[in-house]
Amino acid sequence: MSKIQASKIHRQFQVNNDFGKKTKLTVLDDFNLQVREGEFLSILGPSGCGKSTFLNMLAGLDKQDGGQILIDGKLVSDRSFDRGMVFQGYALFPWRTVLENVEIGLQIRGLEKKEREEIARYYLAMVGLTAFANRYPHQLSGGMKQRVAIARVLAYQPDIMLMDEPFAALDAQTRETLQLELIRIWEADKKTIVFITHSIDEAILLSDRVAVMTARPGKVKEIIDVSLPRPRSEEIRNSSEFAQIRQYAWSLIKNEVTKAQGLQESIENDQGRIMVQPILSLQQKFKDMIQKRIGGHNEKIG
Amino acid sequence: MRKLANFFTGSLEKTIGLILFIALWELAPRAGWVNSTYLSPPSAVVSALIALLKSGDLIKHLLISLQRALVGMAVAVSFGMIFGLFIGYFKKIEGYLDALFQSFRQMSAFALFPVFILLFGVGELSKTIIIFWASLWPILLNTINGVKNVDTLLVQSAKSMGASQKFIFLRVILPAAAPDIFTGIRLGGSYCVMSLVAAEMIGATSGLGYLILYSQETFNIPDMYAGIVGLAIMGLGINYALKLIEKSFSSWKQGVAVGE
Repeated sequence: MSKIQASKIHRQFQVNNDFGKKTKLTVLDDFNLQVREGEFLSILGPSGCGKSTFLNMLAGLDKQDGGQILIDGKLVSDRSFDRGMVFQGYALFPWRTVLENVEIGLQIRGLEKKEREEIARYYLAMVGLTAFANRYPHQLSGGMKQRVAIARVLAYQPDIMLMDEPFAALDAQTRETLQLELIRIWEADKKTIVFITHSIDEAILLSDRVAVMTARPGKVKEIIDVSLPRPRSEEIRNSSEFAQIRQYAWSLIKNEVTKAQGLQESIENDQGRIMVQPILSLQQKFKDMIQKRIGGHNEKIG
Repeated sequence: MRKLANFFTGSLEKTIGLILFIALWELAPRAGWVNSTYLSPPSAVVSALIALLKSGDLIKHLLISLQRALVGMAVAVSFGMIFGLFIGYFKKIEGYLDALFQSFRQMSAFALFPVFILLFGVGELSKTIIIFWASLWPILLNTINGVKNVDTLLVQSAKSMGASQKFIFLRVILPAAAPDIFTGIRLGGSYCVMSLVAAEMIGATSGLGYLILYSQETFNIPDMYAGIVGLAIMGLGINYALKLIEKSFSSWKQGVAVGE
């Protein structure tokens, strides 16, 4: 049986267009996806395709307008103890220390302070932040913050881990380190992970399967099986299989990215066209305007 | 040794304005630039202060003023925080009430004093109410703002972990809004001292405001300035106490880097 079963999901938002009028924007339409127990599944799609919206629904933070989502055969509820979410923006509580941040999910579950601390310290060690237990989030780098957020979710042992572009805001080196750490952690306990990303490489490196989405209104275009062997390491990026899968994924997503950009441009084009050639006479005029002011000023200084 | 020297130059930098002001104040009446009947030099004010302290008058008036300020503030803080948290949490209510609050805030407590006297007489009640009115608005409005501006990501994060509404309110919204609430309370504290003086100048027989006005009427000018200095010290003390409380609640903010 599938862990997560989403069928015929429909979601639309009320948005204000450029002219201040309310219009309906369909973000997801006829979206179907099944996630297997214990698998690492990535959802790969162009920006604005509704992938984060779907993840929010899984987390109970958003509701679909049509269709249904089943987790373990039951409808998704707003409040549940079996899901954990890692956000792109870390979502750490700035007034709590690193240790207290990792404890918060356990606190919600009613554990005693001593038990909470024992568990939290174990997971802080797992992400290599034992030495930072008493620091506050603003004293950490972005990569460390995301490590804390991952430890926080792992600590309360959810069945499903939802990750919304968790490494997108990090610099390239940190991102690669964290990807490998996530592989290490996941390969140890095989939680079901749904991972949102717009990076093809990241999706392939981490996942068992990659669901490629279409441009808005989003649906699953195709699911790619990533048959790369595990345990995976950094070198796998250089293998020919990796390159093949990447090329295939890119061929699937290329059109969708162009389409998604088209959707953006159709909004922007009405406002003003991008100038192809600089207008030199105008630039000279601007220069003269500025020179007139600073020229006078320079004389005063001189 | 070096540290000690640094300490002195550091505190000199901070107080140089104050020192120059006191020197000028001493000099002006003595040199005859200003009529010394109207402006007593600080030396005379200090001896008046000492005399008032010895007779126990200053302490008596100060304690009464302090009591009024604290009662007014306590009511304003509890009222402002409870309603502010409630209104900020239910955003719809805030929309309905915003225009009303903005106009009330603009209504000076001094302008309303005659109304309070009409309704509540000249006794302690109307004094408490004027202090309450003046300090309520910054506390209430800042609390509403603080709750409204809580990062939704934090609320979502708590929700995704299965937190109850109660947990979200007490452990996420309240601490996240605390810095704004304290800004409101400190602002309210300074409004409180200001309105206190006004309240004590009308129909009062005690308090620092009364001491100042009474000394002026009986032409006891050094006592008048002594009362003003006493008020300034009380205001500084209240502000310092509020700062200390604020610090203990937001110790996590220590050393937050600029631009973070």
